[in-house]
Amino acid sequence: MQYLLLICGDESAAAHAEEGCGGWTQEMTERGLLRSTGGLRPPAEARTVRVRRRQLLLSDGPFAETKEQIAGLCILECADLDEAVQAAARHPAASYGSIEVRPMLP
Amino acid sequence: MTGDADRAAVDSAVASAFREEWGKVVATLIRTTGDWDLAEECAQDAFALALQRWPRDGIPGRPGAWLTTAARNRAIDVLRRRAVGAAKLREVAAMSYSPSGPVLDDDESGVPDDRLRLMFTCCHPALSLEARVALTLRTLAGLTTAEIARAFLSSEPTMAKRLVRAKQKIQNAGIPYRVPPAHLLPDRTPGVLGVLYLLFNEGYSATTGADLVRQNLCAEAVRLARVLAALMPDEAEAAGLLALMLLHDARRSARLDAAGDLVTLEDQDRSSWDQASIGEGVAVLAGALRRGRPGPYQIQAAIAACHATALAAADTDWAQIAGLYEQLARFLPTPVVALNHAVAAGMAFGPAAALPLLAALEESGQLAGYHLLPATKADMLRRLGRLPEASLAYREALELAGTDAERRFLTRRLAETSI
Repeated sequence: MQYLLLICGDESAAAHAEEGCGGWTQEMTERGLLRSTGGLRPPAEARTVRVRRRQLLLSDGPFAETKEQIAGLCILECADLDEAVQAAARHPAASYGSIEVRPMLP
Repeated sequence: MTGDADRAAVDSAVASAFREEWGKVVATLIRTTGDWDLAEECAQDAFALALQRWPRDGIPGRPGAWLTTAARNRAIDVLRRRAVGAAKLREVAAMSYSPSGPVLDDDESGVPDDRLRLMFTCCHPALSLEARVALTLRTLAGLTTAEIARAFLSSEPTMAKRLVRAKQKIQNAGIPYRVPPAHLLPDRTPGVLGVLYLLFNEGYSATTGADLVRQNLCAEAVRLARVLAALMPDEAEAAGLLALMLLHDARRSARLDAAGDLVTLEDQDRSSWDQASIGEGVAVLAGALRRGRPGPYQIQAAIAACHATALAAADTDWAQIAGLYEQLARFLPTPVVALNHAVAAGMAFGPAAALPLLAALEESGQLAGYHLLPATKADMLRRLGRLPEASLAYREALELAGTDAERRFLTRRLAETSI
């Protein structure tokens, strides 16, 4: 099964942005779990797009105005939820931010 | 096997097979089909078939194996009609005795016991506590959705929805159907024990007036704890939980008076305690403690054993109980455990020993609003003869007490101290 890992953090997490993943990416690649991965520029640079009644509505910043923002994402191929959760727990961001593990549609 | 078995004998054999085998049949079918609903359906059909066949063919020597085979055949029929792939059909037909299957059936039928996987899957931390409880009762204990709804004072459609969602989540989120590997067991076993203990407590707190289904939860919890302890012989806490349940259950009928009011331990009629259950609880606990890995369930069982084996309330070994509560506080550092420790210390070493412990609790503010804290303090002060202070504390407790029975008790005490 494929799982999306949404790596989240508040503003203070930006301080960790340059730290990389401390070998996590390499480990997951070696274990054959990593399908794809991507880091994101800060939410301040985001534009959110809505179309309502054929009108294009644009706003600055991310869609959700929560303290926790998505900083990066990756897709893992795992045997089950337990494996995905354990993999997420090994990600360095889990120790200062949080990681949402979302099962993907088949 | 002779034909025309006695109808009553068959009914009782099917009823007993239902209690003993339902969970096993469902667990095996889930493993082989991967389909929870199909597993339950086919298990139900197998029991219905037994009611038809056993009177004619006689009660089989190994009812569990008979039922599993019947359920498996039914599953093959259904899958054929659904025209599933040949691979799946072969898998179910073979009912492969997976080499990783944890434990063999005790009747040596060769059917691996899948109930342990089912328990861990039903109690997976990704499921809500309500879902864990409902799934455990439905798939392992075989309670109907209506019965579970009644036991938890909820409506049948609500409970049905909860079960459907839980099964969908298992499927969609990829919750594995297995006993967790060794390195995850220490994290996951307490979750399974917790669900069984919750079931037991739900049943235990039901009173005579309440629905019998709720009281039946105690029996189901004991049964499941027995299975868990047998399937995890190395897990001392599983045995500890079973012992704890048996020791509490032994006192069940003595806890309520004719009017349905709670009777305190001190005033219970000890001759009505179930000595067989106490004996078993003590033996199971002794076996667990010999492993030398104490835990909260074993310690609570040891406390229950101190009470259950005292011939009279005055014979209670309070010093030992106080020591056990001190140990328990290391595993469960909760204010309620601290309060119980204070009570036991007061009983063992005199009320003066309890007062500093109670003062520390008051200071922490953790039990603010909980009437038993001032009530306990009042009781200790009363026994020390410090009546004006006691009466003050009784008044405080009275303001916080939640039930009429408690208020009646406190009012009586207040009257005694106010003279």
